[in-house]
Amino acid sequence: MTTKVGVVVFPGSNCEQDVVEAVDTIGGSGELLWHKDSGLGDVDAVVLPGGFAHGDYLRTGAMARFSPIMDAVERFAREGGPVVGICNGFQILTEAQLLPGALYKNRGLKFLCQPTMLRVNSTGSILTRDLSIGDELNIPINHFEGNFICSEQVLAQLRDKDQIVLTYQDNPNGATADIAGISNENGNVVGLMPHPERAAHPLLGSTDGASLLRGLISSG
Amino acid sequence: MNEPLHRSLGLTDEEAEAIEEILNRPPNHLELAMYAVMWSEHCSYKSSRMHLRRLPTEAPWVLVGPGENAGVVDVGDGIAAAIRIESHNHPSAIEPYQGAATGVGGILRDIFTMGARPIAVMDSLRFGSPEDPRSRWIAEGVVSGISGYGNAVGVPTVGGETVFDETYAGNPLVNVLCLGLMPADRLVLGQASGEGNLAVLLGASTGRDGIGGVSVLASASFGDEEEEAEKRPSVQVGDPFEEKRLIEACLALLDAGLVVGIQDLGGAGLTCATSETASRGGAGMDVDVAAVPRREPGMEPFEVLTSESQERMLAIVSPDGLDDVLAICDRWDVQASVVGRVTEGGLLRVRDGFDGPVLAELPAASLHEDAPLYDRPRHPPDDWEAARADTPDHLPPPEDLAADLLDLLANPSWVYSQYDHMLFCNTVVGPGSDATVLRLKHPSTGADTGRGLALTADGNHRWCAVDPRAGTAMTVAEAVLNLACAGARPLALVNCLNFGNPEHPEVMWQFSEAVDGMAEACDAFGIPVVGGNVSLYNESNGHNIDPTPVIGLLGVIDSLTRIPPGLVWNEGDRVIVLGAGSSELSGSLWAASAAGHKRGRLPTLDYEQHRRVAGLVAGLVAHDRLSAVHDVSSGGLGVALAEMAAVSGIGFRGARIHNHAELFGEAPSRVVAAVDPELLPEVEAAAAATGVTVARIGLAAGDRFAIKGLLDLDVSAVTDRWLSAMSDLAGQAQ
Repeated sequence: MTTKVGVVVFPGSNCEQDVVEAVDTIGGSGELLWHKDSGLGDVDAVVLPGGFAHGDYLRTGAMARFSPIMDAVERFAREGGPVVGICNGFQILTEAQLLPGALYKNRGLKFLCQPTMLRVNSTGSILTRDLSIGDELNIPINHFEGNFICSEQVLAQLRDKDQIVLTYQDNPNGATADIAGISNENGNVVGLMPHPERAAHPLLGSTDGASLLRGLISSG
Repeated sequence: MNEPLHRSLGLTDEEAEAIEEILNRPPNHLELAMYAVMWSEHCSYKSSRMHLRRLPTEAPWVLVGPGENAGVVDVGDGIAAAIRIESHNHPSAIEPYQGAATGVGGILRDIFTMGARPIAVMDSLRFGSPEDPRSRWIAEGVVSGISGYGNAVGVPTVGGETVFDETYAGNPLVNVLCLGLMPADRLVLGQASGEGNLAVLLGASTGRDGIGGVSVLASASFGDEEEEAEKRPSVQVGDPFEEKRLIEACLALLDAGLVVGIQDLGGAGLTCATSETASRGGAGMDVDVAAVPRREPGMEPFEVLTSESQERMLAIVSPDGLDDVLAICDRWDVQASVVGRVTEGGLLRVRDGFDGPVLAELPAASLHEDAPLYDRPRHPPDDWEAARADTPDHLPPPEDLAADLLDLLANPSWVYSQYDHMLFCNTVVGPGSDATVLRLKHPSTGADTGRGLALTADGNHRWCAVDPRAGTAMTVAEAVLNLACAGARPLALVNCLNFGNPEHPEVMWQFSEAVDGMAEACDAFGIPVVGGNVSLYNESNGHNIDPTPVIGLLGVIDSLTRIPPGLVWNEGDRVIVLGAGSSELSGSLWAASAAGHKRGRLPTLDYEQHRRVAGLVAGLVAHDRLSAVHDVSSGGLGVALAEMAAVSGIGFRGARIHNHAELFGEAPSRVVAAVDPELLPEVEAAAAATGVTVARIGLAAGDRFAIKGLLDLDVSAVTDRWLSAMSDLAGQAQ
């Protein structure tokens, strides 16, 4: 069975087609979902893609979490369904409290679009379960607000429960503990700032993003 | 002040008389305001039109040439590309962030107006000396504005150029290019036809922002700063989220076949959009000014008709399709209001209520076709002959050549790292290269064609200051070579002609010469000009900018199976120069940087030789014979080599570059290439077969950047300087 990956489109999302294309390339089947829908249909996994949902004029992700489809996404996640938030999607997941912490403005107060080197820090998540700890991945970032912050207690919990999925080798944005991506305790909900769909074709200089997305396909 | 109304609106006495003749009566206030915006320099090209006709515009693959919202060319596989470049210089001088942001917004609308999805933006930026705090403020604001708008609207900014030079003090240049793709059979033109069809205004409400922007801002020069502050309300404010929804809604309307014609609202707002669609369709239109949603109460009809509020489109739809149109707009939360009806007879009538009183009535076409056409006086500067004799040969050679070279380096990553340049996963070669390379995917199906598009934006005001004609030709030639370095062949050119005050005969002469240079080069290379934009009155405190034609060149790569070589060479590569050398320093970055020298005679551009070099390089790249390749342009061989070393982190041991003139001269038709030693004989044979000179100049190796007899630097010093220069210029910490 081909894994069907639902990619939620909020007004202002812009990476949805890229995610669909990457999912299709690695053997899954991407399908767009509309933010005003109340159900997820028969998808096996959900991606909240990057972009600027609702313009991000308020705090990033703050409005998107109230879109009708988010109730269904939350239910799906709590039932153990694979949910991945990329960039703006990560911001939405923290606003929806499916993941802890928050994404603050980059340390240098500049938008950053650049390649980054990541390190796999946990193999307990749906994205990394086929990878090994210490694997290095070359995947670009593209954000103004990617500086992950959380309380000491949350950080301790993230460490204890093996929820720090990816870290930056050379922290570009000031993120706490170099965190580039985290998961929930179960590992079925993952948020990451880097864009795996932008590193899923040889002509784009890296296919490391495909390695992450493959975890999603095999998890469905 | 007691001057007549037409003058305060920017119309001359003669133009006011012409309007009265067209109408056979004195125009009322509203009509006068409508003519004033449409006959402004910005909208009517009244000083430039007669010259632009000399540009070659035709080729079998051109689907739409100049005069529409964007040029469109057939790029094969059932795909058409729409391309346009436009300036937003004057708004950016006054309010850098919004000026630049709305420049991006405007050019995107030009592209999706044609039915194409915008897939890439490039920006060509020019600012005053970085030592001047105001210039740094402008630079920072412009870059933030492009970043803030472009990233949020969801179109990647894939390249461009950033130049600092005193000539742009007080008058920055912000030229934005956009490329879009559409199925070749879905070309939409901005025209209204079919009596009874409806004109639906989509997007933002209309406010008082940008009233008279084209006539107040873009068609007059700048004086002091206080005066600029007063002009600030004429700058529009952008909303990328509104634009993003507008893009999606308009493309959905086009996909559904619900649109007869569509037009963006840019300069001159509703006046331009209604009259242009009507006159293109050979029709007229009744416009109900009361039906236009407004941002604030108490707006006068002339304000509604000339407002340049952003993020608005005018769609012409049949009454039967209206409900479907409204449903699609509702899905995207895009406001849609019927504001006009297509009529027979060619009259544009503005009414207060469709059956209400007529507030203005004029022939729609007269706003365009009857616009004045000026053959402004032009002559070369009085010291033209003396300037040509004054070459940089007499300048003292550098005391410290290595220091001079380091001074010329600047990596623009500080700028482009703030732009999303990867969205849509097309960007194979991104900003900071000779040409950007994009995968070509079908705009409807997403299917990869296995081919690529290459895009470059180039300008060189130093060359054009020395000789506007030859300098413009060299600019075109450089763009051709940039594409060749990516393995691409050129397909279509767009231009943005930034010049000073056209009422100065020297400026008009520069303009005319530049057009001739561009025409000559385009003819020689077989490249059609498919669109352009003219920005005049780039004059601040009596100083005209150096003539700055900026060109965007689109090319195709017939088989894109690997990432083109780029600038990174390998340890042990042989470094060669393809193309004949020259030690002419006129127009060079070094002469301008070391001594503020912009006179003399440019090196000769031999079109035949240039075609050979470009063809050779494109072929070698296509067959993967080069490890790295870089065209020789600003900063000459020295800068080309230093950039390659800096990007690679691998040094260079060179010889046979004998003096500073050979190191910094910018003679055209030359490329630096790094070649695996085993492939060198094959490469040299290919060059010989095409009649291109090859010079072996050194070896890529080690950690020194050294040229025998000239300089010897640690490669890390080159890299550090290259990396930090631009962010230092802009006053930023790394």
